[in-house]
Amino acid sequence: MIKKELMRVISQQSIAENIFELTLQGDLVQEIKEPGQFVHLKVTSSTDPLLRRPISIANIDKRENQFTMIYRSEGLGTRVLSEKRPGETVDVLGPLGNGFPLDAVSEGQTALLVGGGIGVPPLYELSQQLVDKGVKVIHVLGFQSLSAVFYQEKFSLLGDTYIATVDGSYGEKGFVTDVIKKYGLSFDTLYSCGPTPMLRAIESEYADKNVYISLEERMGCGVGACFACVCHTAADPTGFSYKKVCSDGPVFKVGEVVL
Amino acid sequence: MSRLEIQLPGLHLKNPIMPASGCFGFGKEYAQFYDLSLLGAIMIKATTAEPRFGNPTPRVAETTSGMLNAIGLQNPGLEKVLENELPWLSQYDVPIIANVAGSQVEDYVHVAREISKAPNVHALELNISCPNVKTGGIAFGTIPEVAAELTKKVKDVSEVPVYVKLSPNVANIVDMAKAIEQAGADGLTMINTLIGMRIDLKTGRPVLANRTGGLSGPAIKPVAIRMIYEVSQAVSIPIIGMGGVQSAEDVLEYFFAGASAVAVGTANFVDPFVCPTIIDELPQLLDELGIDHISECIGRSWGKNAKTVNYSS
Repeated sequence: MIKKELMRVISQQSIAENIFELTLQGDLVQEIKEPGQFVHLKVTSSTDPLLRRPISIANIDKRENQFTMIYRSEGLGTRVLSEKRPGETVDVLGPLGNGFPLDAVSEGQTALLVGGGIGVPPLYELSQQLVDKGVKVIHVLGFQSLSAVFYQEKFSLLGDTYIATVDGSYGEKGFVTDVIKKYGLSFDTLYSCGPTPMLRAIESEYADKNVYISLEERMGCGVGACFACVCHTAADPTGFSYKKVCSDGPVFKVGEVVL
Repeated sequence: MSRLEIQLPGLHLKNPIMPASGCFGFGKEYAQFYDLSLLGAIMIKATTAEPRFGNPTPRVAETTSGMLNAIGLQNPGLEKVLENELPWLSQYDVPIIANVAGSQVEDYVHVAREISKAPNVHALELNISCPNVKTGGIAFGTIPEVAAELTKKVKDVSEVPVYVKLSPNVANIVDMAKAIEQAGADGLTMINTLIGMRIDLKTGRPVLANRTGGLSGPAIKPVAIRMIYEVSQAVSIPIIGMGGVQSAEDVLEYFFAGASAVAVGTANFVDPFVCPTIIDELPQLLDELGIDHISECIGRSWGKNAKTVNYSS
């Protein structure tokens, strides 16, 4: 069930250049069903910025009633959010959307988790839940440069972790797809979240495999009413059928929607 | 009679608060938050004769205290709205105002004739003011004679009262309103969005794929208030006001300007509970202002020689 709650800031810290890790506490946490779901945040009670900000969930702690988000401060809304201190509150609407299907991979099988930039965070909760289930996880995480890298150690504790940077300042130089090929990484199921060009590259490379991708799009309402974040379906690429990223996604099986 | 009850042509409103067209889909999404029967009415998403996919994304861009949208009238088309959406909405005790759009006169007439037969559609809102489609929409809403002609043709076939949604993107809104009143409209809804644009400094390009979009939200409220203040004193048909409403105070400001009911648009995206919250808060605000019934607020700002207002269906 979707709730709207004033959640309390437990902690906030900068973990890479312009990247913040924010932990919130409140009953809404109990409603989160799957890794890959997101929340819609109102960072101020004033009208500027007016709209909510969709942000993915990186870690869920139901026992403590907390969840953690990792986001990039790049506009007015996320900048205001980054100034929130412990004890302050954030207006949260969520959990929203459909996450990554855990049952798409079985115990003993291998899952490849491929993230790019600010698409990396939801893969952290996914990876933990897969490991709990007895799935072998491999991570390939792409960033712009060394200064943008985060959570490498945390991912490494869960499974093999490869880092790629666009400028080669850390890890492998190049894109995540280059790394997968270079190391001949094989998998039963691939889960990915990141910029659309990266998702397109994965789609063209692994269209025949069991692949799930999480999309990003500018949103208005976040609940399916405003039709801002609509995409065509692959079965009807120029017709009238559509999927809403916010309420039908953000996770889709590869080949379901037009990227 | 409840102190929030309002009677308008075709519409018996238990309160004067309704979600604005395009900001509430066909109701399903918000039904997960509250009982839609709490609402005074629902203005459903624009319906066209044929299905429409709408514009490419990005379709929204945020602005200071507002937002730009260029959805492009995406909707499943008349047949599906009649088959699925309106029957689903009939489980709620709430009058539906069907927003009718098209790219040529025949489309409007066809949709109006058919959709006005649906049992829960109590009024039409003629959309001659959508700024985001290449043909139709606002093309019908910027020349008074053209708007009047379309209004007449739709009035001829509609089985329910017809409200016409005015565009603020005109030289003289009063002339437009008068022409539409003379053509037989039962009411006006105003305002639709103002045409705007945002440009991304990184790409050097407009943010919206459609380049331009319609500006809504608190930023446009003063424009709407001014236009309703002028139009309401120049016509005798009622006005449903809209543009940046997000509180009970905003609602009364619209009434004071001359509106007889108010629609809430963009604020639904910010707070899905905004409509029932405003409905809850209105009685207390009326108490604070010493007003018995909300209808006493209509046109309160007009001054000493203001006409008395008494609309009924």
